[in-house]
Amino acid sequence: MKKKVVSLMLALSMVAGLTACGGDAAGNNGSAATEAGADSSYVAAGEEGKVINIYCWNDEFRTRVEAVYDKVDHTSEDGTITYLTDGTEIHWTVNPNQDGVYQSKLDEGLLNQATAADDDKIDMFLSETDYVVKYTDAEADVAIPLTDLGIDPEKDLADQYDFTKTVASDANGVQRGSTWQACPCLFVYRRDIAQDAFGTDDPDEIHAKVADWATMKASGEELKAKGYYTLAGYADTFRAYGNSISAPWVEEGSTEINVDPQIINWINDSKEWLDAGLLDKNVKGQWTDDWNKSMGSASKVFGFLLPAWGIDFVLNPNWDGDAGAWAVTDGPQAFNWGGSFVHGCAGTDNPEHVKEIMLAVTANKDNLMKITKDYLDFTNTQSGMKEIAEDESFGAEFLGGENPFKYFQPAASSIQMTTLSPYDQGCVELIQSAFGDYFQGQVDYDTAKANFEKAIMERYPDITAVNWPE
Amino acid sequence: MGFDNYINVMGKDFFTYMGNTFTLWMIGFVPQIVIALLLASWFVDARLKIHGEQFFKVVIYLPNLIMASAFAMLFFTLFSTSGPVNSILTSLGIVNGPIDFMGTPVGTRLLIALMNFLMWFGNTTIMLMAAIMGISPDIFEAASIDGCTPRQSFFHITLPLIRPILTYTLITSLIGGLQMFDVPQILTNGQGNPNRTSYTLIMWLNNLLRAPDYGRAGALSVYLFIVSGILCLVVYKMVNGQDNDAKAEQKAAKKRMKAMKGGKQ
Repeated sequence: MKKKVVSLMLALSMVAGLTACGGDAAGNNGSAATEAGADSSYVAAGEEGKVINIYCWNDEFRTRVEAVYDKVDHTSEDGTITYLTDGTEIHWTVNPNQDGVYQSKLDEGLLNQATAADDDKIDMFLSETDYVVKYTDAEADVAIPLTDLGIDPEKDLADQYDFTKTVASDANGVQRGSTWQACPCLFVYRRDIAQDAFGTDDPDEIHAKVADWATMKASGEELKAKGYYTLAGYADTFRAYGNSISAPWVEEGSTEINVDPQIINWINDSKEWLDAGLLDKNVKGQWTDDWNKSMGSASKVFGFLLPAWGIDFVLNPNWDGDAGAWAVTDGPQAFNWGGSFVHGCAGTDNPEHVKEIMLAVTANKDNLMKITKDYLDFTNTQSGMKEIAEDESFGAEFLGGENPFKYFQPAASSIQMTTLSPYDQGCVELIQSAFGDYFQGQVDYDTAKANFEKAIMERYPDITAVNWPE
Repeated sequence: MGFDNYINVMGKDFFTYMGNTFTLWMIGFVPQIVIALLLASWFVDARLKIHGEQFFKVVIYLPNLIMASAFAMLFFTLFSTSGPVNSILTSLGIVNGPIDFMGTPVGTRLLIALMNFLMWFGNTTIMLMAAIMGISPDIFEAASIDGCTPRQSFFHITLPLIRPILTYTLITSLIGGLQMFDVPQILTNGQGNPNRTSYTLIMWLNNLLRAPDYGRAGALSVYLFIVSGILCLVVYKMVNGQDNDAKAEQKAAKKRMKAMKGGKQ
């Protein structure tokens, strides 16, 4: 009898668990869930803390801080802690961007911000253009308005490019982040392949060969005859199309994704180019081993569409030949790729340091010029970039003495960044992954569309529909 | 309440992913059990006198100690289109250009199955060796005196007598197979491509939890629990069915004896 009672109770408790586990889909990607907004001020009470926690996805920001922030003493060997001269420490939390990991970890940290100990609170975090809109959202309130930090966008950031300031502002025009870079893109090509295929490596003449997509395709056939690929893979052209969409992926306040006709153009053009043999079938995406190898001296790829940070951060480490083998020129289309924004995190206990670091890395013209000269980054100073573009004596050794800013600077003035949405990262990643199968011939067009819909609704449960153009 | 989550999850995708999971498990498990049985019977057979037996036992068990994600990362690099395997094949002249192992569903699934096989066949071999060593050698001697060939003794003596351990291996492997996650996740970057053919149930669960979509994730977990429970029950009944019959017979015989001896009329 007792046995029966006990087993009945066990069964009942299990059944109770079954019914209680259903809940509504907690999709909250539009507004990052956070408790920090409940504070009346953005800064934790008490005096300046001793530990500054910064969230980022690689060591690029750390290298910039080490280069220009005057209080930096030294960094630990494994790169996780930077010691400052006034005794405070910067703790770097690095989570990779791919697959949305960085955002998940950041969101987790932000959720715990209100209850975390002062030394564990996130003080600064970075965001990329693909999702900056999510973190500068006024309702989410996780990024401190710059004025609350003591930075006046009108005065202190007057020399920054306007589009970098609007992108980092919320819907009410309050600027909540700042960036040290702008990312206009150019066509970077191998001088030796240019000589072999076209008989010249002069930037202006090569630009004539790639002045628009149709001309570039024709030149691609010439390259193919000599056994070269025009670009590495179909992923390399995505940003050019993706940056010129006429409406955001998801309109403000909507839960439906609108696939822009430009994306469909990318799909069709890429399939055409791949089938014509102008792209390497084996390079299935960017940031892969094959893509890195395609920038080496043994590769047969003619060129890449890269921004300034791409040349220093990606091409240079992957290139194993001599300096001076590459050159830049304007590509078939002007576009912007990337941009890292620095934000002060609401609830921080280190407002003084946050303000100093932000001003040092994103507003001080001398520092920005230093970053440009040392790292070839296109920095956020209009006057500075104009100076360097006109500087005849400036030449990048990696590019054989060419001054890339002559081309970057005019391109920067034509950048438009009005069509951003918080869902961009997922859309960009997953559409390339879903149609990658289509390009490789694994699935047909309609299956690829269905796979994208499945994947995107999994990544963002609050999306209800995907609309394709006619 | 939340019951629409249950309905939502049980769509066509659920069965596709379950099919993927099972296929991946099956392709890895069948060779694993066959080779494990073979190796186990060789290692235990005193007459074969294998040299360096201890060394081999250690070596075949070693892959089990590797972290599955590190192993997957290694295979991803080894079998990529510009990786070592392709370089070797091309330089040996066996193929003309690089083979895209991970570009086809067959290639990806075989790689995943190969990894699972390598990681677990050592463990299975050791278990089965223990099982075979538990059989009294007198039985084998008696059989060989009666003229039993090694093949006959394997199928008619060894296999039936190690059935409990085989059941155990089958059930644990089945549960492990249903929960297959880290190997396909790392190999296909979380998407199960091409065309989601290597997308397992737990990969789906992981993506739901990350979204975060706790409602559907919870419903999926419950389904997985039920499926695992049913499968284990089926396997158990199937393999131990005959023993139960024998036990039932014994019980019935006992009852009859009692009744005959002096029960109520």
